[in-house]
Amino acid sequence: MAVTGGEAVLEVRGADMGYGGKAVLRNVSFSLNQGEILSLLGPNGVGKTTLFKSVMGFIPLLSGSLILGGRDIGRLKPRDIARIAAYVPQSHGTPFPYKVEDVVLFGRTAHLGPLSSPSRQDRMIAAGCLERLGAGHLSGRTFTELSGGERQMVIIARALAQEARFIILDEPTSSLDYGNQVRIIRKLRELRLHSVAVLMSTHHPDHAFMLGSKVLVMKENRQLRCGSPDSVLTGETLHSLYGVEVDVVSFSSGGGPERKVCAPIL
Amino acid sequence: MKTTAAVLGGLAVLLAAGLFSLFLGRYPAGVHDLLVFLLTGRYDDPNLPLVITGIRLPRLLAAMAVGGALALSGAAYQGMFRNPMVSPGILGVSSGAGFGAAMAILFSLPAAGVQLFSFAGGLAAVLSAVAISRSIRGGHDPLLVLVLSGIIISSFFGALLSILKYLADPDDKLPAIVYWLMGSLADVRMGDLAVVLPLVAVGAVPLLFSGWRLNVLSFGEDEARSLGVHTGRLRMLVILCATLVDASIISISGIIGWVGLVVPHIARFAVGPDHRRLLPVSFLFGAVFMVLVDNLARSMASVEVPVGIVTAIVGAPFFIVFLKRSQARPWQ
Repeated sequence: MAVTGGEAVLEVRGADMGYGGKAVLRNVSFSLNQGEILSLLGPNGVGKTTLFKSVMGFIPLLSGSLILGGRDIGRLKPRDIARIAAYVPQSHGTPFPYKVEDVVLFGRTAHLGPLSSPSRQDRMIAAGCLERLGAGHLSGRTFTELSGGERQMVIIARALAQEARFIILDEPTSSLDYGNQVRIIRKLRELRLHSVAVLMSTHHPDHAFMLGSKVLVMKENRQLRCGSPDSVLTGETLHSLYGVEVDVVSFSSGGGPERKVCAPIL
Repeated sequence: MKTTAAVLGGLAVLLAAGLFSLFLGRYPAGVHDLLVFLLTGRYDDPNLPLVITGIRLPRLLAAMAVGGALALSGAAYQGMFRNPMVSPGILGVSSGAGFGAAMAILFSLPAAGVQLFSFAGGLAAVLSAVAISRSIRGGHDPLLVLVLSGIIISSFFGALLSILKYLADPDDKLPAIVYWLMGSLADVRMGDLAVVLPLVAVGAVPLLFSGWRLNVLSFGEDEARSLGVHTGRLRMLVILCATLVDASIISISGIIGWVGLVVPHIARFAVGPDHRRLLPVSFLFGAVFMVLVDNLARSMASVEVPVGIVTAIVGAPFFIVFLKRSQARPWQ
């Protein structure tokens, strides 16, 4: 069901990642193709943020290689990286009450000259991206007054306006209510159809099942396993990750394809 | 549009206050004579050209440049540091300039020497703050390190300045230093402006064009980088340009506080947080504010009051009323 076999957007080989010469993550290897979703699972403090920062080029690799969009990350400037990969952080802090349409327009920055401002065409692209996520009605609102779910949509629209092939989301569903969580997951599934690659971290193994994505599991600062949710997310793995007993249950609703959910044993 | 109204209003007040400032001064120049001179260049009183083009006009231009430049650099710094309490002096430019000027006064250098020393002192202070912050690595928030380095350098140069004051001759040198530190536009001449204004322009133009990137930077370091802004390079550009502007300005005006802190807030309330509008409007409002305050400094007492004192005395209650009245909350 997933659109796979696209061109590789990200290839990480034997990478050590960390700050100031101290490795937080060791020997990470995985790859991500266009149209694929990779969910990152692991307990708090395992190094997910470090992984994101390395993939975005904020911090240099300590060893190994990281190929983004076919080029070595060390040779890419922030502007080049922003044209390949977009980042949706966990909290969106701006001290200023910008309009939603302007916030989406910030996604165009990597396509502008160093001292120039966005053109009419940039505005149209931004408006189109907001529309595509079904959030066009938010356009004239003030960003800082939106709800958490609305803000998340706006920031994803900004990532689309960046025209990146690859979107990185840091816990996109945290702090959202249940309905908005499901809405975000749906939108992310749709992105695959536009052959966008998605890398996201989550604390819910169920999200990985819902996304039908690849899963990368991390524990104690190293990569545990990477593969399909069916093969990786077993009760055993989840227990070793989170220290609680979990039943992975198969079911099929309304004659649809078989799906899996996690049911913690209480 | 709010922006158009703000710009037109600002220009109107600037024109009126600027014209008015040409009448202010001890030399009696009649309204008729002055208008004729301004419009046609003809005059009967042989002293008129000296009084107007030699003294009052340069002072008006200086007030506009000083207010505009300080407000512009203040607005750019507040955007870059993402902090409403930041003023142009945050990285030590005024303490460095104050120390430089005091040193020149102590050595009995002429006015040009005082300007040069204060300019060099301002630059040296900010560059040391930047160098300190760059030498500190390892997981620290770069903005926080920069602010702390600025505080360190400010207090260091403040202490050096105190030494110079302590050593200065209390009969002539010390009063000169203290008076310089209070800030004044009384001694600015066309020759000074011819040197300083090009320097101000070199710094101000890139600042005025960095509005969009400062907007992006308001989302924070990582987010701005992920949007394609070379944040380190942008920070250096803003710091170098603002420092060039401030050090040049301080070298002719002495230390005038408050403008760079307050005026960006007023501009932000008038035209919103978009730096593409905020930066030029801050410049305009700063110019207006300074001309008004300088007019007041020249006319409120029989002796002229140093303008740096008036900015704070007028500005403080004005800002309090302003904060109470304004309903918008641009900083969340």
